Amino acid sequence: MKIICRCQDVTEDEIIAAIRQGATTIDEIRRLVRAGMGSCQGRTCRRLVAQIISRELKTPPAEIYPPTFRPPNRPVAFELINAELERHSSENGEKE
Amino acid sequence: MNKAFDAVIIGGGILGVSTAYELARAGMKNICVLERKYLASGSTGRCGGGFRQQWSTEANTTLAMASVKRLEGLEEELGYRTEFFQGGYLILAHTEEEEQQFAKNVAMQRSLGLEVNMVDPAEARKIVPFLNTELIRKATWCPKDGHINPFLLTQGYANAAKRLGVEIQLWTNVTGIMKKSNIFFVMTENGNTYQTPLLFNCAGGFSKGIGQMLNVDIPVDPYRHEILVTEPVERLWDPMVISFSVGLYARQEMSGGMVMGMGDPNEPVGTYVGSSMHFMYEMSQRFTRLFPKLDKLRIVRQWAGLYEMTADAQPILGPVDEVDNFIQASGFSGHGLMLAPAVSQLLAKYVIKGEKCPEIDSLNVKRLYNLKNVEKEKSVV
Repeated sequence: MKIICRCQDVTEDEIIAAIRQGATTIDEIRRLVRAGMGSCQGRTCRRLVAQIISRELKTPPAEIYPPTFRPPNRPVAFELINAELERHSSENGEKE
Repeated sequence: MNKAFDAVIIGGGILGVSTAYELARAGMKNICVLERKYLASGSTGRCGGGFRQQWSTEANTTLAMASVKRLEGLEEELGYRTEFFQGGYLILAHTEEEEQQFAKNVAMQRSLGLEVNMVDPAEARKIVPFLNTELIRKATWCPKDGHINPFLLTQGYANAAKRLGVEIQLWTNVTGIMKKSNIFFVMTENGNTYQTPLLFNCAGGFSKGIGQMLNVDIPVDPYRHEILVTEPVERLWDPMVISFSVGLYARQEMSGGMVMGMGDPNEPVGTYVGSSMHFMYEMSQRFTRLFPKLDKLRIVRQWAGLYEMTADAQPILGPVDEVDNFIQASGFSGHGLMLAPAVSQLLAKYVIKGEKCPEIDSLNVKRLYNLKNVEKEKSVV
């Protein structure tokens, strides 16, 4: 048993099962078996997933539809965002 | 390539695949679903995943109740795990006005046979711990509402439809439609033509454009709706919580992450689904106002999808006057996932057996051409 996504404990077999259901992209596999949905958002596993798709469907890696990248870059707490917003508004307030 | 089918469905979201499945289950052969990208790549796969029966209009409540009834046995029927979970819906009333509106809603919903109650803030906090009860006056609680995984529900329907012989064409973008002697010719970007006597418009945020291809006005406007998810944490609560005043909904996924989103009245019409920093700030503020103790939760991802809005926030269903056999299932105004299980069944009955039903009649697109006597759905985040 090979673990591909370490954040969500997704195995190679699960990814192959998703491909057998018709998935051909990294995003579809993420949605079906959660590979890449954890705290690192696929930084580790998306290349591995792409390799498995490429191998199973015999398509060159360059032809695999690229996944969507979304913010934030790293997990960030609500309190930090709130503090940042406060800092912004107080700085702008001083200028005015 | 030129292929003929008995029915062609445009859209591989929840409406498209569930309709394909219900048609096939009712005995129709030769059905084809055309999807511009992959399954649930549009609004379906970007939604909050809740299903609720607490609505302000009778049409929506009736449809939603039928949907939940359908969902109750669906995992078994499809042979697919969908994370269907009846954790309930708690809707918060912050103002006196809301309290009065909700009392009316509850009375209407109960008259239709729904198990729903008004609860006071203390009780609400028992259902959803960490809730800042200072902000609320009352809440409505329906334990039979809940949430479901939109990807798995769509895939479950699609797999079952394929077993019944339905063809699903992915990466097939419709670019034009022509109708000649009762046959639709659906042309796609990759140069194929699909012929059919029966055409469904389940194109979600793009259904207005599909209507235009046949000179039919489908007054649906897409608006971006942003949403985010936190890292997984231990079980905090079961229900979906919504507040129309604060303007948010939040639920915990089966895998532990808190999913939450909000409506933004300043959002312009359009199909743009990028992410914004504004949303991140606004969502953090709203969520921590309602749940001050949960401000250490960490966001791992934000994304966006489209609410396909109609003027009365209710869907457009059934035939159109201008073109025969052109069936609509769009304009769900952010609630397609939860209404699809019932709507797809009604549409299948309508086209195969010619059975009419009051919901399909009352939700015909015609009502939106004359906006004077429209009853607007109020319970929309």
